[in-house]
This record gives sequence, C-alpha cells and structure tokens, in this order.
Amino acid sequence: MEAATSAGATPGVPALGVARRRRGEQLIRALLFLAALVSVLTTLGIVASLLFETINFLNHAGVFNFLTGTDWSPQDRSDPGYGVLPLVSGTLLITGIAISLAIPLGLGAAIYLSEYAKPRTRRIIKPILEVLAGIPTIVFGYFALTYFTPVVLKDLIGLEVQPFNALSAGIIMAFMVLPTIASVSEDALSAVPQSLREGAYGLGASKLQVSLRVVFPAALSGIVASMVLGASRAIGETMIVLIAAGLVPYLGVDPTKSAETMTTYIANTAKGDVSVGDPQYEALFAVGTTLFVMTLLLNMIAIRFVRRYRQVYE
Amino acid sequence: MAAQQSAIQPASGRSKAKGGLFRLALMACLGISIALLGLLFVDVFRDAFSTVGDTGRRALDGKLFTEFSTTQPGKAGDAGLQSAITGTVWLMVICAVFIVPVGVATAIYLEEYADGERWWNRLIEVNIQNLAAVPSVVYGILGLAFIVRGPLSLGNVLLAGGLTLALLVLPVVIIAGREAIRAVPPSIREGSMALGATQWQTIWRQVLPASVPGMATGVILALSRAIGETAPLILVGAAAFAAFNPGSPFDDFTALPIQIYTWISLPQPEFKALAAAGIVVLLAILIAMNGIAIWLRNRYEQKW
Repeated sequence: MEAATSAGATPGVPALGVARRRRGEQLIRALLFLAALVSVLTTLGIVASLLFETINFLNHAGVFNFLTGTDWSPQDRSDPGYGVLPLVSGTLLITGIAISLAIPLGLGAAIYLSEYAKPRTRRIIKPILEVLAGIPTIVFGYFALTYFTPVVLKDLIGLEVQPFNALSAGIIMAFMVLPTIASVSEDALSAVPQSLREGAYGLGASKLQVSLRVVFPAALSGIVASMVLGASRAIGETMIVLIAAGLVPYLGVDPTKSAETMTTYIANTAKGDVSVGDPQYEALFAVGTTLFVMTLLLNMIAIRFVRRYRQVYE
Repeated sequence: MAAQQSAIQPASGRSKAKGGLFRLALMACLGISIALLGLLFVDVFRDAFSTVGDTGRRALDGKLFTEFSTTQPGKAGDAGLQSAITGTVWLMVICAVFIVPVGVATAIYLEEYADGERWWNRLIEVNIQNLAAVPSVVYGILGLAFIVRGPLSLGNVLLAGGLTLALLVLPVVIIAGREAIRAVPPSIREGSMALGATQWQTIWRQVLPASVPGMATGVILALSRAIGETAPLILVGAAAFAAFNPGSPFDDFTALPIQIYTWISLPQPEFKALAAAGIVVLLAILIAMNGIAIWLRNRYEQKW
C-alpha cells in the first residue's frame, strides 16, 4: 500500500516540485484517524470501567481472599464470601465439557471439508456451518433448557440431572463453539501447500496418512489457535449458561449439578438493578475483570499461533 | 518430515479399510452437527406452533405482532412482541448509524493511509483483533459503567443499548470493510492518480464505489450479530417487559432477545410456547438479513 506522507505531498506520486499542501486532504486523513481511534478508546473504556470498581472491591475483599477463597456470596450481608474460585470452577467445568466435545467434532469437520469433500459438497456444507455459527446463543439456551435436559439427558439417557445443570449447557455450548473451531482450523489446513500432499502421495501414502501425518502436523499452529479461540468463546458465553446451567455457585466437578459461571453472575446481578456502591455492584466488575483477563490471554495466544502458520506458508 | 516418511507404507487391504473408517468418522462429525441443528429447528418450531396453556391460542399468530407483552400467566393468551420488535428495530437503526461511518472510515484509514510500520497503526490493528474476541457481556459492563452511568449517563435508554451493541459489532464491520477495500486492485488507484486525482478523490470516486457491496455485506452481518445479542442488553438495563412502543432514542425499551429471555425464565409452560414463537420471529429476521447479504455478494461482487 501507499507509504504515509510526511511533507503533505500526494502519496504514491513523486513530488514534481509543484506539490501543494492540500489542507482538505490533511483534514480528511485526520478525521479517518480519529475514527480508527474509536476502537482504541473502546479498549481503554473497557479497562477503565473494569478497573475502578474492581479496585474498590478488592480494597475491602482483599486480593488474596478474592483469588483463593472458596465461598462466593457477596449478597450475604452478615457473612459475605468474596472468593471467586467457585465461579471460575463452574466456568471451567462447562468450558471443559464444551471444548472436549467441540474439538473432535470441529476438527473432524475441518479435515473432511479441507481434505475429503468435493467442491460441490463444500458449497452445501459450509453455509450450514455458517447458519450454526449465526444462531443467537439465547436460542441454544432455550434448546438446552426445554429439550436437551428433560428429553435427551433425563428421559433418553436416564441421567439423574438437576433441571439446571452444567452438562446440558456444556454439550449445547459445544455446538456454538464448533463452527469457530471448524472454520479456523479449516483455513489452516487449506493453507498447507499442495506440494506437501503431492510429495507424500508420490511416496505411496494413503489419503488417511496424508491427512493425519502430513497435512495435520503442518497446520498444527492454526489448529491450536482454533482450539484456544474456541475455549475463549466458551468462557465468555453468557446466555446458554444463564438459561440452562443455573445460579448456584458450585466448586466441584459433578456436571449433573447446577453451576454458576462468571458470566452468569455478571448478567444475573445486573438484572437485579443493583445500585452503585453496593458490594454486589463492585463484585460484578471484579468478576468482569477476571473474565476479561482470562479471555484476553487466550486471544493473545491464539493470535500468536495464527501468525506463526501464516509466516510459514505465505 | 523425515520421521513421517519412514512411517509411510504401501497401501494394503487393511489400510484401505482404515481409510474408509476414518472417512466415515469425519462424516459423522459433520453429521452430528447438522443433526443437532435440525433437531433444534424442529423443536423450536414445534413449540412455537403449540397452544399457549389452555387458552386455545397458537403461540405463533398475528397477536404476537399486535399485542404488548405480559408476564402474568392469566394473560398469556393476549401476550405479544410489539414493543420488543419496535425496540429491536430502533436498536438496529441506532447501531447502523454508528457503525457505518466509523467502521468504513477506520477500514479506509487502515488500508489506504496507515503505515503498517508505525507502532500506533500496529496497535490499532492488534487492538481490533482483540476486541473482536472480547466476550459480549464485557461490552455490557462498558455500556453500564460508561454509557448508562458514568461519563455519558444516558440512563437505561435505547441510545445506550444501541451504542453498546455498535461497539460490540464494530470490529466485524472494520474487518469486512478492509477486505472489501483490499479486493480493489492497485491499478485502479494508480490510474486515477495518474490522471491527477488526489488521494481522497481516488478513494471517494474509485475505491469506495467498488467496495460498497463488500462493505454492505459486512454491515448486514454485523447487524445480524447485534440483533441476537442478549447479554449486553441485560447489562445496560433493557426492561424485562414494556407495554409501550419507544418513540425516541431517549426512551426506555425492551428488545426481542430480552423479551424471549424473560419468557424463558418464567416457570409456566405457556410462556415457553411464547418464547419459542419469539425465537421463530428472531430466526426469520436473521435468515432474511443473511439472505440479503448473500444476494448482495453474488449480485454486485466485482471480479477484476
């Protein structure tokens, strides 16, 4: 693309001695830059809004207590518990269920689309995955609560699950995360140069061997990125868990029980219209900060991995 | 790769069977996903066409569009989505008014002006990538602390909800806009400049018109993401139900997904049917929007 101008000359055109400083052009450039700054201001706004109330919260809850405490009950006026661990464990339990199902299914779909499917099949199947990706999460939540828990888990499989439980939310969340994993890893698989495949075929490899032992390892960094992105989406998902997983903080690994997540706590507390200065209002921001930091770390890891595979083959 | 080559042996009958099995397993992965999608649609539609309690009313009917909502079990037979639909239309208009200029301007800046070597431009790019993956509920916190209360202090009004959703989907517009601009070949710009046009004249008269279809597709996809978002609206304080249509951006409001959520969280079965009917309306709007996006892409996409 064009290099930035320093002296106000029209970029892309060598100055022929007549280049005038065009004020209009400079003004437009400045306006466009301001628009680009909106996204930076958004990030600063997020950080600032989280930070102030979080500091207020930590001042009376204590950092150590917040990060290691096992009792979360900021609404309790006589004996409040400010330990975030039950919320983190609930989040990780549901995320774990979701991605351990979404990773095999998503990778299977990606390998099929990239290595096996005919162009015609791809043209039909990719839009179906896009539909899956475009379904609002509240719809998944409805499905998990009114169909998957009572009909599939209880009646069909015969599990003793609570009406609100981590298992149903996690399984249905897997299908929300799956299109992300499938499309990012399919991009990575398709970016592997054809010559690698042809080389392996030339040595007598079967399609299975080419897919699993040549293409898959070559695309590994992109595939890892897709998994990390999937985990980040699962951690940040609100509506499925708010509707289907319940509102009881639970520090444990039994998925048939109700488990509150960080996102559920935030949404449910805000719904109650808490006032500024209330410990619950501050707690909402402290949990928000925890969630933001966790997803930010995962996103940075994913971006790094994506960049690595782009560097190798492009 | 040396270790992998030595592991490769000529195909035998057994390895062929293994290959076939693998292929079946891959197809099963896709099959399960598609089956679940089908099951979801069947379940939602069946619930939407069921009767609301013992009122004899089918949930998905004309009343859904003409009546206001209620949370009283006795009145489920007369509950509708009118205020929620009006609220959602308002939100989308506010959202579009914000994301079109800001998103397009950012995309132009990054593609046509920014020097990628400068740290501030790299910061903007990495920042947009990160914003695209921030959980929506965190945008809700931003809306609550900055727009509803704090610096802007707009209150729980439509404008606050619309702006929050706009910030949430802005990265989608920027990323789509950049791709659309990048698809315009440099020769078009060089030709324009060789004829004496300034850089802005080139962008305004050549680059932008050529990238409008791609940008419009991006905006529609961004709006179709915004329309289903529930969590940020809960945070900015959309009303659980509202028996009035908002008349200006400074009115209290409810929205389609909020109304659906309110009905889902009520224990009575009649509200489940209403929630399903609401979901069908939401999905219908989404499918229409995506249809328009696909049509735009196919109809106006320019090949260079």
